Amino acid sequence: MSDADKTGTTSEQGRLRATRRAVIKGVIASGVAVSAVGYVVYERTAKRPAAGSVERLITLNINGRDRRVDVAPHETLAHTIRYKLGLTGTKLSCDRAECGACTVMLDGVTTYSCSTLTQTARGRKITTIEGIAAPGGGLHKVQKAMIAELGPQCGFCTSGQVVAAVALLNRNPHPTLDEARRGMSGNLCKCGAYDHYLKAVMRASQEA
Amino acid sequence: MANEHKLIGKDFTVPDIEAKVTGRAKYSEDFRADNMAFCKTLTSPIPHAKIRSIDTSEALKIPGVLGILTADDVPQFPPPAQGIFAKDETFYVGEPILAVAAESEEIAVEAIEAIKIDFQELPHVVDPLESLFPGGPNARSEGNVAAGQIKLQTVKWDGADFAAAGDTKMPLGRPAEEWEYGDVDAGFKKAKVIIEENFVSGTMSHNCMEPRTAFAYWQGGKCFLHGSNQSHTAAVANISRYIGIKPDQLVFIAEYCGGGFGSKIPGYPNMAIAALLSKKINRPVMHRISRYEEYGIGSARPGFQGYIKMGFAPNGKMTAADLYIVQESGPMATAGDFRAAAGAMSLVYQPQAMRFRTVPVLTNTIPTGAQRGPGENQLVNMIEPMIDQAARQLNIDRFDIRIINAPDSNAKFGKDQGPVTSAFLKDALVKLRTFSNWEERKKRSGQKNGTKVTGIGIGQGYHSAGSNGFDGLLRITPDGKLHVHTGVGNLGTHSWASTARVAPDLLNVAWENTVIERGDTRRGLPFNSPQAGSLTASTQSRTMYAAAMDMKAKLTDIAAQMLGGKADDYELADEKVVHKGGGKSITYRQAAQKAIELGGKYSGREVPDELNPITKSSVAMIAGSGLIAAAKDMLPRVGTTPGLTCNVAEVEIDTETGVVEIKECMSVVDVGTVLFPLGLGHQIAGGQILGIGLAHLERHLYDPKLGIPAAVGFHQGKVPTYLDVPPNITWQAVEKADPQHPLGIKGVGEPSLGSGSSCIVSAIADALGGHLFNRTPVTADMILNHLSGRPPAHKPLQVNTV
Repeated sequence: MSDADKTGTTSEQGRLRATRRAVIKGVIASGVAVSAVGYVVYERTAKRPAAGSVERLITLNINGRDRRVDVAPHETLAHTIRYKLGLTGTKLSCDRAECGACTVMLDGVTTYSCSTLTQTARGRKITTIEGIAAPGGGLHKVQKAMIAELGPQCGFCTSGQVVAAVALLNRNPHPTLDEARRGMSGNLCKCGAYDHYLKAVMRASQEA
Repeated sequence: MANEHKLIGKDFTVPDIEAKVTGRAKYSEDFRADNMAFCKTLTSPIPHAKIRSIDTSEALKIPGVLGILTADDVPQFPPPAQGIFAKDETFYVGEPILAVAAESEEIAVEAIEAIKIDFQELPHVVDPLESLFPGGPNARSEGNVAAGQIKLQTVKWDGADFAAAGDTKMPLGRPAEEWEYGDVDAGFKKAKVIIEENFVSGTMSHNCMEPRTAFAYWQGGKCFLHGSNQSHTAAVANISRYIGIKPDQLVFIAEYCGGGFGSKIPGYPNMAIAALLSKKINRPVMHRISRYEEYGIGSARPGFQGYIKMGFAPNGKMTAADLYIVQESGPMATAGDFRAAAGAMSLVYQPQAMRFRTVPVLTNTIPTGAQRGPGENQLVNMIEPMIDQAARQLNIDRFDIRIINAPDSNAKFGKDQGPVTSAFLKDALVKLRTFSNWEERKKRSGQKNGTKVTGIGIGQGYHSAGSNGFDGLLRITPDGKLHVHTGVGNLGTHSWASTARVAPDLLNVAWENTVIERGDTRRGLPFNSPQAGSLTASTQSRTMYAAAMDMKAKLTDIAAQMLGGKADDYELADEKVVHKGGGKSITYRQAAQKAIELGGKYSGREVPDELNPITKSSVAMIAGSGLIAAAKDMLPRVGTTPGLTCNVAEVEIDTETGVVEIKECMSVVDVGTVLFPLGLGHQIAGGQILGIGLAHLERHLYDPKLGIPAAVGFHQGKVPTYLDVPPNITWQAVEKADPQHPLGIKGVGEPSLGSGSSCIVSAIADALGGHLFNRTPVTADMILNHLSGRPPAHKPLQVNTV
């Protein structure tokens, strides 16, 4: 989102964009944070919420492990996952619940992590792309099928596609082709790899 | 054709695919560095304005602000080139004006809000015809027309041009460029049927899934840049130019690219921001790009307003064509679609005579550029339904009219009527007629089923799909591994891997013993084809061929030196050089060890003069580490190498809602020898799916009064989803080798989108009894208005609307 509309212009355009800007300001502003690994999260006291308003140091159950993490009230789950927990398999593309590149599971149900507040994920099981393979590293049948059918092209949407496919097969192990495309339809792919992704979903559904 | 190859033409597991399905693939934004700073850009809120002054004093006082980069700090490029920042004048909403580095993005955003810019608003324009109107606004103070080889100038047509055209016809004023071959007037005179139409093809964003984030830092006088780019070494010189350094001062790391579609070919100005801020503040800088920012800097396919007239003989042969294209270019001279469109017209339909006129007009919309089949694909969308119209009027079959006009290997191309290396579109159409079960299928044309009506359409696509003259670099190390050094990018077409297989195939090395060196210029990458223009499969495979032949010569030469005799006495077996008489042999391991001892050309200490400087410095990085083959592809290639495709689509239109459901799509392609069947199928299906977007979904939308884009992002831009595409897309290949390629290979990426799109546009017209909208995208409301006898919601030549 541009931030140019408060830069001294009095143009009509700037005012028109102000509303949407204000809505998502909290989300982009949270871009401040960096990975928990060796980074100082720079924040100025004035911007911090009043003490005690929301607990910040929370426990998240992510890919089967409890992780303690410092989370701002306005922080999105995608942000926490990528920049604080260092799990960069979850991608940000639209950052507004249109494309599904950030798809993760909450208690087994897919969600757009770019538009989910991290605070709402407390006490729930979060599964990211990094939690799809078996703990020993064995690939999930969906991942194997994606390899066999050459699912991805550029690969940027693939993490989300894999998570969506796993969630779909968990609740409907043998979908029809039409059920599969409906189940996957929350995930965009600009390369047009839908055909290959669908073949992979159908192949995986036939595996034990 | 007979396939004696072990790897070429065979399916395989692409080496980076597991990283993609596990999330381990690292894109630019996935990297981190100690002490990393962040940055945000201030972008223009106004479509056209003078920048009178910029006051950053308050911003610089904010704790945590580390530095500000403006146009004064960055390399400048003469107008109308796309620069890094707007300097004295801003040309579109979303144009970067400056960037702030800070400890956090939050602080950078706060700093940007504290910056005061004094803008003087100027008249803006988003419709090319409005700019050409007498007294109409110019998108830039210096003029309103420019393109490559067309200097920046002001073009205004006469009021009489507009008056003659009225409200419904395309005015045809003075062109900025024109050419003609054959006798066009005579061609129209001998025609039995003439089709004459105006058209508008919509502009649309590239909408890459990965926003073009860049991450940079400096070490030892070199700039380390992580960027999202289609091409790798072909982009190094240009990216260096944006940063203002020499190519050997740039370490470019780009292992993955989250979509490009033509918008990331030679790098782009935005990459320099992180690099230059990093230098300024002496810290690593991460420049994340949001979706909104991506729209502003992520390029778009230019739109056309045009006029076309085609004459047809009784047998369907195109006797003459007259094409006029006014291109919506955006504010910089960054797109040459108009010329490519004319080239496509001359090639795909082989008109006996043709005239082309054009004016590329600058507009205060986002910069445009090549998008998968630039120009060719907009044009076939307009022409293919008109070809059906001609067939109907001549009462000939829709395949017949295409076959009679389609290029074969004697085809002529473009204004100079130059040759092609091969063209088998006639063969492809003949094959598609059978493959699509045409005779049965066409009976369903116009058939009604409740509220639904069926349409069947044929589409064709073309793009030049092969080049030459690049450098191959191979290395065999003493452990026996064949290292394929490849400087093509990783756009997602898998062609970096499929072309790399040419070397082990020709050198009898197992794929498992092949190591691909790519993605990071420190790995010693040669100067290779841009990953663009459907070039990689064809161009890089012949580059690999050239290097493999050099390697073969060196292997046999070393065997002769070690075992006696002449190099010709030896041949390559499984990772061995064997005497043809039998018995004596050396392993590739031994040859590699010997090459290190011999030095000189064998170990890369000496290289051929004709290599590109980038290749030479890459060879220097690996010299002495094994047996090295470095060779420029100097094999002859005369003429254009066309990739050609044709598709059939069956659609159903709901006459109550205007919704188009695409039931089935099938394609036949002329791509020469098939290099990687699974990857080829992916390009055909992907092209079909993007083509569906181009045909009836994706669009630009600009408020003409305010110059603000309203179709920013995926939903409003209407990228196709799973539910917009048919569940199964089938294909076949002609499989006739290109005789001017050592392996016969041609490319496919762009034609597949053109035929995939134009078959949909044709099918929609067919379902509606041949009605020509002459406009893309063909949206549901256009269909509904037509069906209910209402006028369209837009004026005939209006742009950036739906």
